Amino acid sequence: MLSKRIIPCLDVRDGKLTKGVRFKGNVDIGDPVETARMYYEQGADEIVFYDITASAEGRGIFLDVVEKVASTIFIPFSVGGGIGSVEDMRAVLLAGAEKVSVNSGAVKNPDIISQGAAAFGSQCVVLGMDVKRVEKSEAVPSGFEVVIHGGRKHMGLDALDWAKTGEALGAGEICLNSIDADGTKDGYDLELTRLISRKVRIPVIASGGAGNPGHMAEAFVKGGASAALIASIVHYGEYSIARIKQEISEQGVKMRMVW
Amino acid sequence: MIALIDLGMGNLASVLAAFQRVGAEVRVTDRPEDTAAAAAVILPGVGTFGDGMACLRARGLLKPLLRHAAEGRPLLGICLGMQLLADLGEEHGKHRGLGILPGRVARLRPKSLDQRVPNMGWCDVHIRKKNGLFRDVAEGESFYFAHSYHLICDKDTDQAAVIDYGGEEITAAVERDNVFGLQFHPEKSQDAGLDVLSSVMDRILECTQIVSRG
Repeated sequence: MLSKRIIPCLDVRDGKLTKGVRFKGNVDIGDPVETARMYYEQGADEIVFYDITASAEGRGIFLDVVEKVASTIFIPFSVGGGIGSVEDMRAVLLAGAEKVSVNSGAVKNPDIISQGAAAFGSQCVVLGMDVKRVEKSEAVPSGFEVVIHGGRKHMGLDALDWAKTGEALGAGEICLNSIDADGTKDGYDLELTRLISRKVRIPVIASGGAGNPGHMAEAFVKGGASAALIASIVHYGEYSIARIKQEISEQGVKMRMVW
Repeated sequence: MIALIDLGMGNLASVLAAFQRVGAEVRVTDRPEDTAAAAAVILPGVGTFGDGMACLRARGLLKPLLRHAAEGRPLLGICLGMQLLADLGEEHGKHRGLGILPGRVARLRPKSLDQRVPNMGWCDVHIRKKNGLFRDVAEGESFYFAHSYHLICDKDTDQAAVIDYGGEEITAAVERDNVFGLQFHPEKSQDAGLDVLSSVMDRILECTQIVSRG
């Protein structure tokens, strides 16, 4: 049987973590490789690295980080941020990432999904979607609109249509981020998660709003998500991944336990 | 020498790193002469069945691989590499496989919304052959899978392990004399994956001793 996945997300700028990771133990604060190793040992099922570097120089440093991660942890990890071409995808996959996530690059040029899937296989291509609640309209009948640039730019694109299009183009997975829920710690947008996970047959990762393990359990049970992305609740030491998985498991959701 | 075949279809760094972690010396190669000379061959792979076969053909690897297997030398396929061992692949049309392990490769057919394609994530593996690749693994241990197609063996006795996909048992690993295959990614399956790779090295040694005695 398949377990539901818990996936910590690390934001990296110029090769360093941007949100401080504060822990009780002797963690080398701000080093993405050491932090990935710690989450790996705690039982993370997968890790997401999001590169928010702007410069070409910083990009090179980031690829070095990816290479180090690949020889340190033996679980899958994906890389996103600034992926605009098949060559960008190739660079992170050759550096050792298992998957690559396309987001605004795919909204601007949807063919990158099919080209990536043809070149590397669907299982490598994650479609990242940033979604915001809006008034229902002709262009956005579901009331969930795809946005880019952190929600500052609306695309006039319905999230349900975009998810279906992404699946048809060959995406192997959708990482669904609610801009409204992000940072609230009030829980994932369950309505959005449920709508999208019923619309497609590829796995859906719920993202944005996780404040406690119960929220993740809800995303799995009520939202139909295959995985849950988490960030601050582990980065600030509030929960360990082991404890999160223990608590979710006690609610009857199947988790992979590593201890 | 243990040859790790580079089909040019993906990154081999993590496969290489995992073998190094269990103390194995493997050489990445796409040359037919290395395959012909290798004591054991590891065939990894991601991508589609047809592309995988085309890559093997383009590199002149079909004959050396078939001879390698026929001579009783150990051969391990990982993910697509395992699927290519079959007679037939039904991914984007029908494609002939290596025909080393009797069976065919068909698309996963989900029956409920709980089942997704690709089948992606950690699945409990049920061991069918306890003394081979899974000798150091507990029943029900989890491994990382990412696949949309699965290998249907002609003979159930070739299955070394299975997973439950919506009530249906599908192949997680195969083992038949000197031929081994893993549908999951051992290099992405944490300690359990490394344990299996350790056993792969043991089995390679055992097979090699049989060949040299033979």
